[in-house]
Amino acid sequence: MSNPGDAVAAAHRAHWAGVLAATVRITRDLDTAEECVQDAYAQALRTWPSAGVPDHPAAWLRTVAGNRARDLLRRESVWRRAMPLLVEEATATAPDPQDADEPPVVADDTLRLIFTCCHPALSREARVALTLRLVCGLSTAEVARAFLVQESTMAARITRAKKKIAAARIPYRVPTAEDLPERVSAVCDVVHLVFTTGSNAPVGETLVREDLVGSAVGLARTLHRLLPVAEPAGLLALLLLIDARRATRTDDDGRPVLLEDQDRSWWDREMITEGIDLLTESLRAGPPTPYAVQAAIAAVHAEASAFEATDWSEIVSLYDVLLRLWPSPVVELNQAVAVGMRDGPKAGLAALDRLAAEPALATYRYLSAARADFLRRLGQWPEAVTAYEEALVLTDNEAERAFLTGRLAEVRRGQEA
Amino acid sequence: MSKYMLLIYGNEQHWETMPAEEMAEIDAGHVAFQKRAGDRILASGQLEPSSTATTLRGDGESPAVTDGPFLETKEVLGGFYLLEATDLDEVVALSRELAEVRHAHSGVEIKPLVHHG
Repeated sequence: MSNPGDAVAAAHRAHWAGVLAATVRITRDLDTAEECVQDAYAQALRTWPSAGVPDHPAAWLRTVAGNRARDLLRRESVWRRAMPLLVEEATATAPDPQDADEPPVVADDTLRLIFTCCHPALSREARVALTLRLVCGLSTAEVARAFLVQESTMAARITRAKKKIAAARIPYRVPTAEDLPERVSAVCDVVHLVFTTGSNAPVGETLVREDLVGSAVGLARTLHRLLPVAEPAGLLALLLLIDARRATRTDDDGRPVLLEDQDRSWWDREMITEGIDLLTESLRAGPPTPYAVQAAIAAVHAEASAFEATDWSEIVSLYDVLLRLWPSPVVELNQAVAVGMRDGPKAGLAALDRLAAEPALATYRYLSAARADFLRRLGQWPEAVTAYEEALVLTDNEAERAFLTGRLAEVRRGQEA
Repeated sequence: MSKYMLLIYGNEQHWETMPAEEMAEIDAGHVAFQKRAGDRILASGQLEPSSTATTLRGDGESPAVTDGPFLETKEVLGGFYLLEATDLDEVVALSRELAEVRHAHSGVEIKPLVHHG
């Protein structure tokens, strides 16, 4: 890498979390550690152009941030801070005497940071914000933009969460074996939420927010590298198999392109292969997780040479498995759509109508849109017009609105013909 | 070490009318909790029903003394433990011993005490 500026940017992407996590071990305070790491990157920007990019950028950054932290601690020891310091591995004692000598299941600074940010004692939105800020290294302004809130609101949310970590003494530690499965699920949930927010933005001008999708895939990779168990493997498989279609999910104007209209030759074959390998790995590692089943559904799509060649029977039965693991009206809706694809639009419509009474779906934008599509296929123009109008009322995403408006015009023409 | 207040909340009417087996289950939970927590427990107590509570509130020099709890709610504070522990995870793990965390009408709230360094 010849350009030092690019090298700093690359080091930011690759090493932010690791450098911060190592520095927190010195400061035992998230805010101070963040400052020191920011200083280290600023120093890299100043010195790398003249002194050259170091052979080991991560080690260089860790050393600079660590020295800065020790400096600060020496100076600050006069005014001992009011907030308690983070509880670390070394000082922690397990609740049960017989567990006291149990070694941590996995020891890695980045993992400690991830588990602290995704602790179940924090609200879900705080977990997401902290993870993006501290693990992915997004600025508070970027995190605020991703969730369409004011920067001051996001800053307050992050500050509140950090304060709770310190005051309630949420430990900076990888959980014990007993708690690990539940805590890994909590982390996977945050990563999945970042991904879905990024790949189907509920509001805004674009359907896909690449910054969030990129962060989610990066997080899933880190998690899987550090904890190669069934759930992270299934999650990474799912994200890769969906993200492989990114290039074809919107047209040149940013409008969504339906699965059936996507040019499959543009799907990223490398990501698909990796995703399918990970899916196999996940299914071998333990009983199927909801992520693995969703990845299996995505894999059926990925393996079909054309939309017409999709094995809808397989997809419908995979949804049966998913519903057993993770009963949810949204999963039922997706299954109803698959039934329509397998047995025709009439059957799909009947399956959707059975869900209409579900309160959780009453204002769900994709239910109206799915009904509208089956009605359009059946040529039931007036009903299709009403359903598209309904879907439009429920949709705030500009790209999706543009798509639905186009379809509405089409069925109105059908009605007039 | 940090101090935590563990507050046990539940539906008072349910507590007053619960069957003997449930009462035995709750007792067993407290025995297990106390055994596991040991000398981490600094203080503890079970509270009399809110019909026995007296509240003082208002401003000025002679606050009004009234009958009843500070907050009139269906779910009331039924008991507490004051604990000393390393971190939140330790308190959460201990709390799982209590039967109150498994019943739909009751639960446990963990609050850290202000740390006066």
